[in-house]
Order: sequence, then structure tokens, then C-alpha cells
Amino acid sequence: MLGLSRKDTGFLIAVICLTLATPIFLQPFPETSSLAQFNAGYPDLMQRFAIYGIFVMGFNILFGLTGYLSFGHAAFLGVGSYSVVWMYKLLDYNVLPGLVLAVIMSGIFALFIGFVSLRRSGIYFSILTLAFAQMSYNLAYSVFTPLTNGETGLQVYLNDPQVLMSEGAPTSPHLFGLVMNESAKVAVGDWIFTFNVGYYFTAIIAILVFYLSLRIFRSPFGMILRAIKTNRNRLNYAGINTKPYMLTAFVISGMYAGLAGGLLAAMDPLTGAQRMQWTASGEVVLMAILGGAGTMMGPILGAGFIKYFENIFSKINESVLHQWFGWMPDGVQDFVIGVVSPFVGEGWHLTLGLLFMVVVIFLPGGIVQGALLVVGMFRRRNGHDGPKKQESASSAAQPAE
Amino acid sequence: MSTTEKNIVLHVDDVHKTFGGLHALADIDLQIEEGKTHAIIGPNGAGKSTLLNVVVGRLSPTRGAVVFNGEVLTGKAPHQINQLGIARVFQTPEIFPDLSVLQNVMAPAFAKRDGSFKLNFLSSLERQTDIRDEAEHILHDVGLYERRNTHAGALSRGDKRRMELAMCLIQHPRLLLLDEPTAGMSRHDTNTTIALLQKIKERGMTKIIIEHDMHVVFSLADRISVLAGGRIIAEGEPEEVRSNPKVQEAYLGGAHL
Ligand SMILES: Nc1ncnc2c1ncn2[C@@H]1O[C@H](COP(=O)(O)OP(=O)(O)OP(=O)(O)O)[C@@H](O)[C@H]1O
Ligand SMILES: [Mg+2]
Repeated sequence: MLGLSRKDTGFLIAVICLTLATPIFLQPFPETSSLAQFNAGYPDLMQRFAIYGIFVMGFNILFGLTGYLSFGHAAFLGVGSYSVVWMYKLLDYNVLPGLVLAVIMSGIFALFIGFVSLRRSGIYFSILTLAFAQMSYNLAYSVFTPLTNGETGLQVYLNDPQVLMSEGAPTSPHLFGLVMNESAKVAVGDWIFTFNVGYYFTAIIAILVFYLSLRIFRSPFGMILRAIKTNRNRLNYAGINTKPYMLTAFVISGMYAGLAGGLLAAMDPLTGAQRMQWTASGEVVLMAILGGAGTMMGPILGAGFIKYFENIFSKINESVLHQWFGWMPDGVQDFVIGVVSPFVGEGWHLTLGLLFMVVVIFLPGGIVQGALLVVGMFRRRNGHDGPKKQESASSAAQPAE
Repeated sequence: MSTTEKNIVLHVDDVHKTFGGLHALADIDLQIEEGKTHAIIGPNGAGKSTLLNVVVGRLSPTRGAVVFNGEVLTGKAPHQINQLGIARVFQTPEIFPDLSVLQNVMAPAFAKRDGSFKLNFLSSLERQTDIRDEAEHILHDVGLYERRNTHAGALSRGDKRRMELAMCLIQHPRLLLLDEPTAGMSRHDTNTTIALLQKIKERGMTKIIIEHDMHVVFSLADRISVLAGGRIIAEGEPEEVRSNPKVQEAYLGGAHL
């Protein structure tokens, strides 16, 4: 169906169901329980799951398939955001024109940056992309102030033209009148579920680009990108000009990033240069590697994982810790809090760094590899020893999912 | 048969290649006749692989030129040279270890069918039945059909070599370059490969084969050039070369071939 094999169609349907049901299953704890703070089913966070999912899916087409590590993808994210806010300023708050422009502009940017950066490979390629992104970041702060509003960041002002703006039209981002920040809250017993327009809008786009990614992964083009990863030279001797393949992959992944950046501004109608900073580029690398670069689901899980724990850990401060460890004797309590507190709140990045090291050293395949290991262990425990051997042989027969 | 009647596919014209002070190739003139199997033999470090590298565009010659079917290859990119109809099996297997054996063989077929670049990111690999069928057929020929779904990286050295041969054969090249195609193979696999190469020869494919195994050379070659120290020291029909004292001197230190 839809140009997919039966297995992939099932995969796609599962992803669609999970995505649409996200507001429900990310809200496992009733409001009254003390665990409610670990719920993730609120609009802002779910939107970020979908948006960073799109960002990392695009990144994965480049890094996961070809192995070329871009350290500058945040530049495209920024370009997308600026495009959307500009369309608000010039036309009105409808997000559609801005998103179209975001994809086109980031594509053009990626074509240029990719063309130059892809003249080199390996670390030199990474450094070139990093240099371009930092240049974009600095230009956004300085030379391009008329376009980016420099340090203040770009937002909509009352005296902006907004030529399509009509009487009574929404004054916040919307899609033909469907206002993004509107939600319906449904209470079931002690549980409260929030169904937010913005989330469903980003989720549907995420599903569409997931489908596109799946098609790319399963195409001859995707296979050639995988071949580039392990032996680019051999492809040249087999008659394939790898340069345009690489450039296409780079541009597609840049457009994904632009779309993600556009959606960030579609949820919250302002943006600034910091969205282009290298830390943002680094984050998407972490997401991909943490989840399992090169697999379809891994990077998306990585994005969800990082965004979720960023959210949880940032909320934990000294007073929360005192609450948690209140039952301990005073001296011990102070000691434990002293040890834990650098890793939470503002210190979340420290935790992330440690976690990243552990994953890279022990699970180079990321979360996906970890999950497969657990599944394998589980099967073995259930006495499937015999067939297990055959299975590992047949799973080797399905290289690089 | 006079020289004018022969159809020469590849001309190597006064090629020199130096690496720093080392003359890896000097004064190389070579004519490869259509449909023939031309063996190049010579001791280690003679410059045999370097010669192939010059032909496929991996190295550019310091002097001289290579002409294939009237087209000057020198200065062309490797993928352009392949698109003209030259495929090569490398001395150390060059494969895509992360792909399956079948995919390894399919990749060059796309280059043959679609040219050096095609924006085909929406078509499905599974539905490329023509290419898949042909790849499976050729894997059958080289004896790797049963292993078509394994990771290529997991193959033995000999099997990798056979797979690389399949990667070349699927392109039906006009000129096939083989750099020690049976090295690392068992006697049995070597004989299968010889049989396969003989079958290809009957279809009229031109080949240059570099080989240390004289059994392979004398089973296949129509003509032999002997390379030593970067120069061609002898050339001729297998029997002439075998009995050439200069060759025996340079190549096997006087032992009989
Ligand atoms: N890229 C290179 N840079 C420098 N020297 C090289 C390079 N390639 C080959 N050489 C040198 O050129 C000479 C010829 O090498 P070549 O690989 O062509 O030998 P060969 O005849 O294929 O030997 P063998 O039978 O061992 O494969 C050797 O001395 C080698 O060290
Ligand atoms: Mg050699």
C-alpha cells in the first residue's frame, strides 16, 4: 500500500496510531498523584516531540544513511523560523505561506552550504558545516539585523503590514482559522487529557514526512546513500556519480530542518538568532546517536527522550530535592542533595553528557540497539534457545534496516 | 591476420607514472584486442595494479594517455570511465560491507540502467524486479545465490571476490579488468571461477587479467604481457612468453614457468 511493503505499511500504521494517541498515553498518571509531574501530555512538550522528530528525521537521512556528520543543521532550523515570522509580518497569521517559504528557503540555503561543504568529507565536512552555521548565526546577529531584528529577535509588531489581515482574524498563528494554541481538555476520572490544535497540526506533518523518510529509506536512492557510507569510492568505479546523490541528501535534510524551524515559529510566533547556535546543531547530533543513527525510529526516540528528560530534569530544583529526600537524616540529606543537584535543573546538560558517553561506549547503536538487546534477552529467558541461533542468522540477513 | 583487421578496444599510449622518485610505470604501450583475454603478469611491485589504476581513473598518468574505443580516458572521472563500459575487480575486495550481497550486486546495475545519477528517491527498491532478477541470476552464476541475503561484510575473502566479480558482470562491461581474481580462493573455487571466466569469454567480453597463478593465466589468456620494474619486458602468445628466457630470468629467477 502507498508504495510500501506490507511490513512497512504495518510500521507506518503503528506510528500513525501512536502519534495520534500521544496526548493520551503520555498522560499515564492521574492529576492527583505525586507522579503527575512526570506526565508529558501537555501541548508545548508534545509539539516539541513532533517538531524535533521532524528535525532529526531529516538529519538522519544525511547522517544515518551517508555517514556525513553535519554540525550546522541549526542554520536551516533558524532560516525556517525567520521565514515563518516574516510571513506573519507581511501577510497574516496563517502558518501555511510561511511553512512553504521555510522549506524553499532552507532548501536554497542547503543547496549552497552543501555544495561548498561536500567538496570535503569526514571531519573537514563537519567543520565546514559548523563554520557556515556559526557564520549564519553571527550574520543574523549583526549584518542582517534588518531581516532578523538582531538581538531582540524577530516578532510581529502592530505596525507591520500584514496585508492579508482581515477584521476579526486570529491574532495568533492559525491554519485557515484553526488557532494553534487552542486545546480541548477532556477529564476522565482523575486524568486530564489535552488535545491541542498545534500538536495535531505538527503531528500530521510529522507523519507525512515520516512516510516520505520511509520511502527514501526503501528506495534505490536510499540504498546508494547507504553504499556511500561504507565505500564511496567503490560506487564511483561502479559508474555512480556520488556528488549529486550527496547534495540531494543534504538538501532534503536541510528542508526537513527548515520545516521544523518553521513549525517552531508556527507554535510560538517569534524567533531569534540563538536558534542557529552550534548547541542547537549539536543537540540534533545527540538525538540521532542516542536513538540509533541510520534506523527509522531510533533518532525519533532519541529526540523524544532528550526533550522529555530536558523537561523533567529542568523542573527539579533544590526544593524538589528536599521534598524527595526529606525522609533522610539531615546530614545524609544534605550530602545526597549536594551530589544530585549539579545534575538537575540547569545542570541537565551534565547528565545528558554522561548519558551520551555511556551510550556511545556501551551501546553504539543507541536506544534501538538497547531495545533489541533487551528483546533478545527476554526471548532467550523464555527458552527460545534453539530457534534463537537461526534467528540471529536471519536477522543478519536483513542488513541495515 | 594483419594488424589493421584487428579491432583494438584499449590503447595504452606511452604511459609513465612516477611516485616521487619511483618509476612505477615507464614507456607502457599496450593494445588490447576486442574479445580477447590479455593477461598481465610480473613480480610483486612491478606496477600491474598501478596500470589498472591509470585505466580506471584512480591515478592520472604522469605522461601519456589511455584511449578506449576512440575516447581519451585520461582526465575523466572514474564514474565516467565506468559508464563508457569499463568495470574492475580490485586486488583487495572493494565492496559495500553494510549492504546485503544482493544489494551489492544491484547497485552497479542501477548505474548501468539509470546512468550516473537518477533522482529516484520515491521509487521502491523492492519493485525493481528487473534488476533484482538479473542480480539473482548472476549470483547464481558465481555461486553466491544462497548467500544473497547475508551481510556482504560477513563473506570470506574469496566470496567477496566472487561477489565483486558479479558486481562487474551485471554491468555487461565492454572491458573487464581483473586484479588477481582468484587470490584467496580454494582450488575448487578457483576452477569454478576459471570456468565462469571462460564462459564470459565465449560471449565476447574483452578482459585484462592480472594473476600470479600460472594455472589461471594459461587457462585463460590469449596474450600475455610481462611487466617488471614498471616496464613491459615481453609480450606475446602464451607459448612464446613461456619460453622467453628474459621472462624466466625476471619473473621466476630462471625457473621454468
Ligand atoms: N599511490 C601510490 N603511492 C606511492 N607509491 C605507490 C602507489 N601505488 C603504488 N605504488 C608503488 O608502485 C609500485 C608498483 O605497485 P603496484 O601496486 O602497481 O604493484 P603490483 O605489480 O600490482 O604488485 P602486486 O603483485 O604486489 O600487487 C610499488 O613499488 C608500490 O609501492
Ligand atoms: Mg597489484
